Amino acid sequence: MARIRTTVDGLVYEDDVEPRMLLVQYLRERLGKTGTVIGCDTSNCGACTVHLDGLSVKSCSVLAVQANGSEVLTVEGLERDGQLHPVQQAFHDNHALQCGYCTPGMIMQSIDLLGDNPDPTEQEVREGIEGNLCRCTGYQNIVRAVQDAAQKMKPGASASQPATSSVAGGGA
Amino acid sequence: MTTVENSAPAQEIGRDRRRKEDRRLITGRTRWTDNQAITGLLHLSIVRSPFAHAEIGSIDTSAAKQVPGVVAVYTAADIGADAVQLPCAWPITKDMKSPQRPALAGSRVNFAGEGVAVVVARTAAAAKDAAELVEVDYSELEPVLDMEEALKEGATLVHPELGTNENAQWVFDSGEAGSGGSASEAIAAAEKADDQVVITRRFRQQRLVPVFMEPRSTVVDPTGEQLVMWSSTQVPHILKTMLALTLGLPEHKIRVIAPDVGGGFGGKIAVAPEEVVTLLVAQKLGKPVKWTETRSESLLTAHHGRDQIQDLTVAVTKDGVIKGLDVKLIADMGAYLGLVGPGVPILGAFMFNAIYKIPAYRFDCTNVFTTKTLTDAYRGAGRPEATFGIERMMDEVAVELGIEPMELRKKNWIKHEEFPFTTVSTLTYDTGNYEAATEQAMSMFDYDGLRREQQERRDRGDVKQLGLGISTFTEMCGLAPSRVLGSLDYGAGGWETAAIRMLPTGKAEVVVGVSPHGQGHETAFSQIIADKLGIPFEDVEILHGDTQSSYRGLDTYGSRSLAVGGIAMVKAAEKVVEKAKPIAAYMLEASEDDLEFTAGKFSVKGTDKGVGIQDVALAVFAAHDYPEGIEPDIDAHATFDPENFSYPHGTHLCAVEVDTETGFVSLYKYVCVDDIGTVINPLIVEGQVHGGLAQGIAQALYEDAPYDESGTLLSGTLVDYTLPSAADLISFDTANTSTPSTTNPLGVKGVGEAGTIASTPAVVNAVLDAVRQYGVKDIEMPTTPYRVWTALNSAKGTGAQSDEANVASPGAGLGSMAKSDSVKNQGGAL
Repeated sequence: MARIRTTVDGLVYEDDVEPRMLLVQYLRERLGKTGTVIGCDTSNCGACTVHLDGLSVKSCSVLAVQANGSEVLTVEGLERDGQLHPVQQAFHDNHALQCGYCTPGMIMQSIDLLGDNPDPTEQEVREGIEGNLCRCTGYQNIVRAVQDAAQKMKPGASASQPATSSVAGGGA
Repeated sequence: MTTVENSAPAQEIGRDRRRKEDRRLITGRTRWTDNQAITGLLHLSIVRSPFAHAEIGSIDTSAAKQVPGVVAVYTAADIGADAVQLPCAWPITKDMKSPQRPALAGSRVNFAGEGVAVVVARTAAAAKDAAELVEVDYSELEPVLDMEEALKEGATLVHPELGTNENAQWVFDSGEAGSGGSASEAIAAAEKADDQVVITRRFRQQRLVPVFMEPRSTVVDPTGEQLVMWSSTQVPHILKTMLALTLGLPEHKIRVIAPDVGGGFGGKIAVAPEEVVTLLVAQKLGKPVKWTETRSESLLTAHHGRDQIQDLTVAVTKDGVIKGLDVKLIADMGAYLGLVGPGVPILGAFMFNAIYKIPAYRFDCTNVFTTKTLTDAYRGAGRPEATFGIERMMDEVAVELGIEPMELRKKNWIKHEEFPFTTVSTLTYDTGNYEAATEQAMSMFDYDGLRREQQERRDRGDVKQLGLGISTFTEMCGLAPSRVLGSLDYGAGGWETAAIRMLPTGKAEVVVGVSPHGQGHETAFSQIIADKLGIPFEDVEILHGDTQSSYRGLDTYGSRSLAVGGIAMVKAAEKVVEKAKPIAAYMLEASEDDLEFTAGKFSVKGTDKGVGIQDVALAVFAAHDYPEGIEPDIDAHATFDPENFSYPHGTHLCAVEVDTETGFVSLYKYVCVDDIGTVINPLIVEGQVHGGLAQGIAQALYEDAPYDESGTLLSGTLVDYTLPSAADLISFDTANTSTPSTTNPLGVKGVGEAGTIASTPAVVNAVLDAVRQYGVKDIEMPTTPYRVWTALNSAKGTGAQSDEANVASPGAGLGSMAKSDSVKNQGGAL
């Protein structure tokens, strides 16, 4: 067992974990953060994508011990005072989800993408999310949602939306 | 009592409502089965056979039992799993051969991945660790892999006790049925006639895996009076009844819950062996137990789809009028029969004639057992196979006769003024307008412009050649009229049920028997109820997926939830209004005959007096004052059994670029115009079409589940089973025409499978259209770069090798690299 200390969605946790425990298992099984899901065994699907110190990672490919001392942001930590993150809102507005299983990972990856490229073209969005698989939507509305969110997140786009700078980074 | 207001609520049907379901899904407040945590919950791991066909000798569980945290290790016999006969609800012929399908194999395994033992432990990790320590002694048998070889005399038998590898042969002949002429006579006549030709082709429908994103999971809690099973299933009601019948359990002691379900596509229409094993272990231990599969287990053991050899023969006049069609299929069942597996290819019997007026038709399907994972429903189930066969054939006929492929289709399709039209396969298409959908699609696509561009590229010898592909399709949706199912020997009906509970505050709980897994039922059904009861969209709650609240239903598959379930909701709403009417009349001190119901209010004709249906709900709750002889209750329940299927149709047009140096195919343009009748929510419809297209295109270009010579699945991970990523696909141009169905009061037809059914032949036709100029005649699906390159080089006579074994991964995941012509995004693709 190894002792780790992490901040997840703004709360500090300290736990003993098996060295082999994956970050996604730690989130789901120990913290009850079941918003983050597992879709494959081979890091192909991206359903488990979270942010580790502000960068997107597939949490099935990170050991829990590697998150020691780090900040983790999951889909459950995106809302602010009951207000959806602009990417969450855009997924809803553009019907970018059906069964919703890939959605947490897809949203986390999209936020990371917009942090790197605040105004992506369609092709840039497609390439930016190609590590995340969706079986329901054919991706078209996901691409639309990411581009819609990009417009809404532009500085000065809307006073009611959080500013871009608070979006791409880690914890609360 | 209130006065009638003039501001009626806006019509909900046809509105692009954002989904009610989304909030919990985008915030991570989900209830997937694997999220379920119960105090004392134990975890399962199933020990699976690495061999396709083998006798099981001894099983040594002693080392596994020593792993800390392991509660028990069971072989099949320990929990009676070997004696179970998992159900097949569709015995397609009276003499169908049906093997026993156990929940765990007792003496022999019949496909690689079949379960032979199960470990129960405190944690999933401990269970997996211990499962690897279970020692099973196998004696290998010959695998049975090739369908045609399996049918030959002296072939190794998957199930020796059946005496054959043939499951059943199912034949339809329009000459015998009286619905048309004899196809064999039509073909014989064409062979002799100077003005006719006979064209024969063999097509291969490869094996696919549904790959729902949520791996299957089951939790069973046996500690209450009712045993509760949560399962990632499309069919909670069927599952409950089948568990009772299969295991001899009292049905009223079982409750099945399908919580949030992450996709199904037919893949979760099952009574899975793992569901039964989880139940048996929970009963044995008296403890709650969970089983969740890994993705590899899912690819290896959850049922597969398609896998047919199709031999088609067409008799056609030289000016393009089809005189007869003969279809001979061999369909791979895999090692066992799934819940509806044998019937899947048979659904295609009604669809090979498609939108065409074919005067003589024969369909002959032989189902065969192999030592592979069983096949069953996958999005479209029988209809994509048929649509592919006929739409590929139409292009082949067009090429042979030198007729423009769309012109050939126009010569043969049912004209809009000919509806209703009874087809050669005995279905009556109620409505449709193939001309209108085609005209709109051709215009959106700029068909003529793309043909010009194609010619220009040919003329200049462009490395990237353009191909155009057509698919004009129809499908039978709204499964199904119960009497039709009865005539096909299906084990259940096809009705659907809905109930409406009017709550004291005027809100409505609508209990439905269909069970969603991504379709947006809560939103679309709320729109229907809001219109029919005239209450706000927000005041409707759709309850589903729990047999305790929804005790009657036949679940979700075959594009039936709206076309059948939605009509049950309409009927239930009509009953609510009927029950409320005498009470409203009493409240208004008026005669029932003087009342009219519009926009949620009963009003007295010619006056401004009225009462809302939500007020009536409160009045019957209080029940202080209501007419004598009437029960104080306006709740209602309705069951709808359709008279006919519904027949969505559409025209799909695809342009692809084929790189003639690498064989790489990329989508260039995709247009589809679908007629699905009345649209309840255009946003949801568009989403269903997009997703359907992606799956159909993936069959054409990317996906395949091949086995090696020892019977091992070669695509056992998502590295090898290549789902398309966003970078592999393009934005599709979709639109709708509408000829409302006349077989149901909403005029709806169903949309869940349309994109998948239509798109596959459009893409393959496009690929071949690009390369036929080089002498390429056919390319099997998926049309991977390797296959296209090989076909091009073989046709050119450059002696390309065809050693496919060296090419494990068909080609998806390369989208970003192909489009940018360089490897610039190394993080994602590989």
